[in-house]
Amino acid sequence: MSSTPSRPAADRRTASRPARRRGRWRGYLYVLPALAVYLAFAVLPALHTAYLSLFEWDGVTLGRWVGLDNYREVFGDAVLRRSVLNALTLVVFFSFLPILLGLVTAGLLARYRRPGMAAYRFLFMLPQVVPLVAVGVTWRWLYGDDGLVNQALRTVGLDGVTRAWLGDFDAALIAVGLVGTWVLSGLCMMLFLSGVQKVDPSLYEAARLDGAGPVREFVSVTLPHLRGELAVAMTVTMVAALASFDIVYVTTNGGPGEQTTVPGLLVYRLAFSDGKVGLASALAVVLACLILVLVFVVNRLSRSEE
Amino acid sequence: MNSATRTERWSGYALLTVMAAAVIMPFLSVFLASVQPAGTPVVGLAWPEQWSWDNYRQAWTVAGFSDLIRASFVIAAGVVPATLVLAASAGYALGTMKLPGGNAVAAFFVAGLTIPVELIVVPLYYDLRGVGLTNSYLGVILAEIALFMPFSVFWMRTHFRSTPPSLVEAARVDGASSATILLRILLPLARPSLMTLGLLVFMWSWNQFLLVLVLIQDTTMHTAPAGLGFFVGQNSTDIPTLAAGTIIVMLPILTLFAVFQRSFIAGLLQGATKG
Repeated sequence: MSSTPSRPAADRRTASRPARRRGRWRGYLYVLPALAVYLAFAVLPALHTAYLSLFEWDGVTLGRWVGLDNYREVFGDAVLRRSVLNALTLVVFFSFLPILLGLVTAGLLARYRRPGMAAYRFLFMLPQVVPLVAVGVTWRWLYGDDGLVNQALRTVGLDGVTRAWLGDFDAALIAVGLVGTWVLSGLCMMLFLSGVQKVDPSLYEAARLDGAGPVREFVSVTLPHLRGELAVAMTVTMVAALASFDIVYVTTNGGPGEQTTVPGLLVYRLAFSDGKVGLASALAVVLACLILVLVFVVNRLSRSEE
Repeated sequence: MNSATRTERWSGYALLTVMAAAVIMPFLSVFLASVQPAGTPVVGLAWPEQWSWDNYRQAWTVAGFSDLIRASFVIAAGVVPATLVLAASAGYALGTMKLPGGNAVAAFFVAGLTIPVELIVVPLYYDLRGVGLTNSYLGVILAEIALFMPFSVFWMRTHFRSTPPSLVEAARVDGASSATILLRILLPLARPSLMTLGLLVFMWSWNQFLLVLVLIQDTTMHTAPAGLGFFVGQNSTDIPTLAAGTIIVMLPILTLFAVFQRSFIAGLLQGATKG
């Protein structure tokens, strides 16, 4: 500190207490700007959402206090409930499938040095860096009448199966989900492959000497070492599924009917097209709570097993 | 190596290769569609009989993608430096000083890691409109800085905590002020971390959609993803131009990724692990 130039460390301990305390608080000057922006543009809006969720408000006229009515509607209304169920269905495609693929790859390649991995890594991370909107537009084209998916099906003689996937009542949600699988699989594979690199190779030698097969070896050596990465992958992919907006907005915009509606889409629609700001806020709060609970549970589980 | 492990290894590589092809196909399909001459019927994966870059010219000028790209760069140019400065400064204090309640403040930042945009976007619109910051790049910039702040502070704090305390202690004994320690000693050492963080923040800013869609209603001010999302709603049948627009929107971030892939991948993997 400038007030105590070149004073030896031992001496400082004898400085008067208030002065020292002031010195310690002074460090907050470095934190303040970041904290101010974070408070003003993230924390306060989040609290404001919770406050708005207690009102019926169209965004223009005076709002009316309705207590928890909006929350009753979130759980009671068929469309809103449907959107939450759709988001949970997306978890299967955004989270479970990518993690499964990642684990299989990691299991198969765990014990080998892997030449050429840099090229694979570059490819697998590509879907991670491009805007999800661009991903959505791309898949909208792939799923179209003349898109790659139908073209491939026709090539193998499955003409009967072809359809406009995103407009199909039964297939649309799965089609949207598989876009998420496409985006997130590479990340999970890379996470797990970098995780198994830290495993001591002699453990695999030992497992083989004990007569363990590939499956046994995976369960007792590889998997336990991936616990941390597994928790990370689950957190990231589940949040991506539950808070999904970009992909759904550009591929189906919730349709056909409400088949692919997700909470993010409804928050946007309710607040800015339907004039139901309070209801939109309540749904946003429920969504955020759902995410918080899941993140908490995943982290708890991964820690308590250690 | 016996045959069982060989099978395992080859099936591992086979799986990787199949997955790599699955990743590439959509990019290839959209690229090939973008170079088809306008007016030709386009199918999934077809080599163009004659390469045409007209769609890019069309997208860039007529469809207005040049303005979209510029808007995205303007916003990123505001978000990235400000985030780095604020996060480095906060991370320095929270990582190297014994602040009273410092751990609680750090935890308060970390708690923001899981805030979905959906939770803040509704009041943000009404609050910012009240002070004239909707339809304004500044409004988006401030909101994005706040949104990325939890990760950024956390990232820089983790970095500064890993620098040897003796370094800071020695400088302090020599009479260096806390600002001098940060600017002269720690920041030069933090360059790789700052670099990675800058790339990640640029990427998040470039890709941000919902926030821009809500805060900027004036479509002539839209960013690249918002413009693309709007364009697809209006002109979903003009596949070649749409494809060219999609490539244009992806190109800047893909270029950065190709040039700085090591930093990027480290950031994406470690960032996920630490967060």
